[in-house]
Amino acid sequence: MAQGLVLRNGQAAPLSRVPILAAAEFRHAVLGAVGAGSRLSAFFGRRLAGGGVGLLAVLADDAEGVLSVLGAQPAESYHALTPDCPQAHLFEREIFEQYGVSPQGHPWLKPVRFPPRQAATCGTMDFYRVEGEEVHEVAVGPVHAGVIEPGHFRFQCAGEVVKHLEISLGYQHRGVERALLGGPDRRSVHLAETLAGDTTVGHGWAFCQAMEALGKAEAPPRALALRAVALELERIANHIGDLGALAGDVGFLPTQSYCGRLRGDALNITAMLCGSRFGRNLLRPGGVAHDLDAKLAAEMSARLGTFGQEAASAVNLLWDSASVTGRFEETGLVSLEDCRKLGLVGPAARACGLSLDVRRDLPFGLYRYAMIPVSSWHTGDVFGRAQVRWLEVQRSLQFARELLGSLPNGPLRREVPDLRAEHVAVSLTEGWRGEVCHVAVTDAAGRLGDYKVVDPSFHNWFGLALALRGQQISDFPLCNKSFDLSYCGFDL
Amino acid sequence: MLKVLWTRFKQGHRTMEYPAGPAPELPARFLGRPKLDAARCKEGCPGCSSVCPTGALSGGKLDLGQCLFCGACAAACPEKAVEFTREYRMAARRREDLAVQGDGYRLAEALEAKSRQLFGRSLKLRQVSAGGCNACEADVNVLGTIGWDLGRFGVQFVASPRHADGLLVTGPVSENMREALLKTWEAVPSPKLVIAVGSCAIAGGPYRGHPEVHDGCGKFLPVDLFIPGCPPHPLTTLDGILRLLGRIG
Repeated sequence: MAQGLVLRNGQAAPLSRVPILAAAEFRHAVLGAVGAGSRLSAFFGRRLAGGGVGLLAVLADDAEGVLSVLGAQPAESYHALTPDCPQAHLFEREIFEQYGVSPQGHPWLKPVRFPPRQAATCGTMDFYRVEGEEVHEVAVGPVHAGVIEPGHFRFQCAGEVVKHLEISLGYQHRGVERALLGGPDRRSVHLAETLAGDTTVGHGWAFCQAMEALGKAEAPPRALALRAVALELERIANHIGDLGALAGDVGFLPTQSYCGRLRGDALNITAMLCGSRFGRNLLRPGGVAHDLDAKLAAEMSARLGTFGQEAASAVNLLWDSASVTGRFEETGLVSLEDCRKLGLVGPAARACGLSLDVRRDLPFGLYRYAMIPVSSWHTGDVFGRAQVRWLEVQRSLQFARELLGSLPNGPLRREVPDLRAEHVAVSLTEGWRGEVCHVAVTDAAGRLGDYKVVDPSFHNWFGLALALRGQQISDFPLCNKSFDLSYCGFDL
Repeated sequence: MLKVLWTRFKQGHRTMEYPAGPAPELPARFLGRPKLDAARCKEGCPGCSSVCPTGALSGGKLDLGQCLFCGACAAACPEKAVEFTREYRMAARRREDLAVQGDGYRLAEALEAKSRQLFGRSLKLRQVSAGGCNACEADVNVLGTIGWDLGRFGVQFVASPRHADGLLVTGPVSENMREALLKTWEAVPSPKLVIAVGSCAIAGGPYRGHPEVHDGCGKFLPVDLFIPGCPPHPLTTLDGILRLLGRIG
């Protein structure tokens, strides 16, 4: 257990209770906690009213089910954590890019998002190079071949084999965190819902829960149940879409076709609830904006039943086809040890055998009262990541249908009072890609003074880079899809 | 093999009849094109414009290009002066046509005869995602699934701008994507089209006014078709593309 302020998920506390340590003690405390099994959920800089930039770390202790917040005194540089704690690597790059606080000894202090106010042009940097006569470099992006988001991938290859992959993002940077400061205002919830458009519910919920914690107003049980239905529907739609796309990447067209359509069916079920296929305009601080009557709930449940049958018939073809399993198995391996060191989250971590799920470990909202089994696998390859997705689809279907049949009665929404001044709230949800973490800090006037968003992709992009080592470069699309990470959620 | 065939049989034929048959069913809570009746507005009522997240409402007009279709204005209006209909047809050819006043609306017209001859039966598009949230991309991708089967209209997304007849742009054009967007545009051989999909690509969407973005692609590219929505329903996008090509309307 770190020596920080202990919070439950979705809880707020006065900022003054966060212990602020000298840089060396802070480092010692964070390394100690990570060594004892905690994960770095967030680590960021914040400009202090008295001048200087302080650091704040949020450590998740999954075994104890608590979060620990601790800070470091302002300093222009400090001894980097990364050499002893690889999961800090991007956080430290981000702190350096945003505030110029220099982590001494960081092995790869490159830009993260290339904010336009700074001199560097997006994607222009020294890439890691492998030297040798037969080594060549392959550059891909930012504009890719399909209808997908922009990012740059730089491969170092010997023949067809990838020796190293470096991923350079930032193209989708649109200033969302910065725009949330000074709020909440009428645009805030829309910014939260579009942090990653395919994780509207995951991010929307994290934002609403942070506001509720700071305003000391919990959403009513019926709202929490409807949020959970929407979150599981979001997971189902994205996972089934990914299973179809994985089939497409190995040229197995039947499952690709069926799952592409089924994904649309799942989105349409979400739209029955709120009018939007992505769950927009459903979650609002204090509760939800749409209700279900018994008839609509029954219809959604029935459609999910049909969906489940059709999805099983489409997806089970994958496991029965040797041409598919032969391509999935032992492709894009990530070891359990690397997974822990990098702090991977979500299905990517669970596919390595790490039993980790915010819904169980740091339960929020409805998941404090209702359990959903955690789905994991042990192989750490594309097959494992596909299996975990399919297991999760089935469990989410069952969970959502049970909820639809037993929605608690009562109000939908509660007024959220003004946010308490100088408080800190940590809010985590388990989005379909993994842990979504929002940290909100209010200023003396009760406005948002700092707002940190950590999309699961922030933890996981490096996992993809590692998975590619020693692979054929032609397996990149397959490996990439098996992680299916967000560019916009990373770029913010 | 038998199992694959049996599954194929069970999954059935799923491509929709539209546009020859009825349009697919939209959800009951779908928010389509709003209508505005300024005559109902009470003097000095700040109602709708004070809740709109993007400032899409002012002076008795609603700019569909900026609208996020959140419904906050309709919920805030005691006089029902703003209401969202279930009308999915919203695509327009000119930016100014996106201004909603009353319940009239000028839908997109087809390309002129020469362009129609070129693109009407075969349109290859290069998609550029320029700073949005990936929801527009996701619902553009849906058009490629078997339910919608965009390919049956001769419309296809291609991997290279050199193979394309135009761009389909999503996102507000982040400063970090500006150069890549312009290079992709230059790489498309003329004559070429631009389709702006979603409130970001039209007017910046929820990021409107951020210094990191350019509030849409209209500043850089000559847009031929504007498709409003956040994100637009696939049916709205398909309707727009088919109107542009003179296939419906």
